[in-house]
Amino acid sequence: MALAQADVLAGLKEIVEEVAGIPAASIELDKNFTEDLEVDSLSMVEVVVACEERFGVKIPDEKVTDLVTVGDAVNFIVNASN
Amino acid sequence: MSQRRVVVTGLGATTPLGGDVDTTWKAILAGQSGVRLLTDDWREMLPVHFAARVATEPSEQMERVEMRRLDRSEQFALIASREAWKDAGSPDDLDKERLGVVVASGIGGVITLTDQFNILNEKGARSVSPHTVPMLMPNGPAANVGLELQAKAGVHTPVSACASGAEAIGYAFEMIKNNRADIVVSGGVEAACHQLPMAAFAAMKALSTRNDDPARASRPYDRDRDGFVLGEGGGILVLEEYEHAKARGAKIYCEISGQGLTSDGYHIAAPDPEGSGVQRAIKFALQNAGMTAKDIVHLNAHATSTPAGDVAEANALRKALGADADHVAVSATKSMTGHLLGGAGAIESVFLVKALQDRLAPPTINIENLDPAVTVDVVRDTPRALPAGDIAALNDSFGFGGHNVVLVFNSI
Repeated sequence: MALAQADVLAGLKEIVEEVAGIPAASIELDKNFTEDLEVDSLSMVEVVVACEERFGVKIPDEKVTDLVTVGDAVNFIVNASN
Repeated sequence: MSQRRVVVTGLGATTPLGGDVDTTWKAILAGQSGVRLLTDDWREMLPVHFAARVATEPSEQMERVEMRRLDRSEQFALIASREAWKDAGSPDDLDKERLGVVVASGIGGVITLTDQFNILNEKGARSVSPHTVPMLMPNGPAANVGLELQAKAGVHTPVSACASGAEAIGYAFEMIKNNRADIVVSGGVEAACHQLPMAAFAAMKALSTRNDDPARASRPYDRDRDGFVLGEGGGILVLEEYEHAKARGAKIYCEISGQGLTSDGYHIAAPDPEGSGVQRAIKFALQNAGMTAKDIVHLNAHATSTPAGDVAEANALRKALGADADHVAVSATKSMTGHLLGGAGAIESVFLVKALQDRLAPPTINIENLDPAVTVDVVRDTPRALPAGDIAALNDSFGFGGHNVVLVFNSI
């Protein structure tokens, strides 16, 4: 069964806050990881690995560059969990 | 071009005696020990159950998110350099192409290395942190300080085991002398209070095993010394070209006027009992500073509390300084801080600068019976006043591999 979008967003907020120190309240679907949240390329690797562990999905390296916004990541994870 | 002179305009430290220079220096003058029993479970694996951890955990001085991508040695470097930079008056409007950083470590990010190796074995390659390499590289502390200050004259990391911190300060001194930079943030750090390095030093029989009395285990020059006590932390000095410092109205602590560097070519770990490399380093340092042994009133010794090392050093000092050794107050502050390895020469240089400022040679604690083979004038138990007027002092540091570094500081 697919994960609910709201649950994935809540989990992703916790991960980004833990990894990059961005307050969860400022993390929204339309935020750009690099430009808005200042998650650099090394921290993005940490976010991806933490998401894989937490949501039980695989995020292939070649897909990571497509995850520009928080919404992109949430949608990818929801679809991958289906 | 007239001869460029180099002065000290800022100090920073985090040590087993305090999270900053003032707290540390007060504890040093009071003769306190920073050595304590370890609280880690792993201590039971080792023949040594104590060390000198920093008095203030980095988590009390730094944000969690910043900490998690820094090795502990890098955390020490940033904490100490922030204090030193502020102490120097935060001269942020200078030309960054004239700002350098030289920060050393003896071992590098060994805690990161071992932690990530465990993660690799337990969870697989994908779980290894992408921050691992910048955290474990020995130049990581220097690189992080350089990045924060946007230093563009050069960022360097000399590595010479326990002489690394002193060598870094000497390198910084030469950068300014040679007109590569006007300000260089310099020093050394170490974060190796971990079961692997401790087991390794214990295997060499280099560590004290006085588990029943940790605070009295580091006892340089005592007859019954049985090895060094591992410490952690670091020290940072802001070095600056004299005219540059005067022009911006900086507080000037003292001058650094010379360094001497030699190598033993004798043994990978044991000191040369003849101490000829140490003697030559002292001679070259004095020549470099344009001084003689008559000018020296104080020396912060390497004296780690090992049976062989302390006497070899004392003999070399006596031979190099001759009768003038009689007016040199010798302090072994590792009796209080433990041995910070790559940070040792740096915090001891901080202590030397404070000694010149306060005109007080710090004490050496834990000498119950002075080893009769030690023929230098050791300051014991309480600080000793240094003379008024123009005075100069030495800091010597030695490292496994046979590295000898001597720095000369003088009042100005």
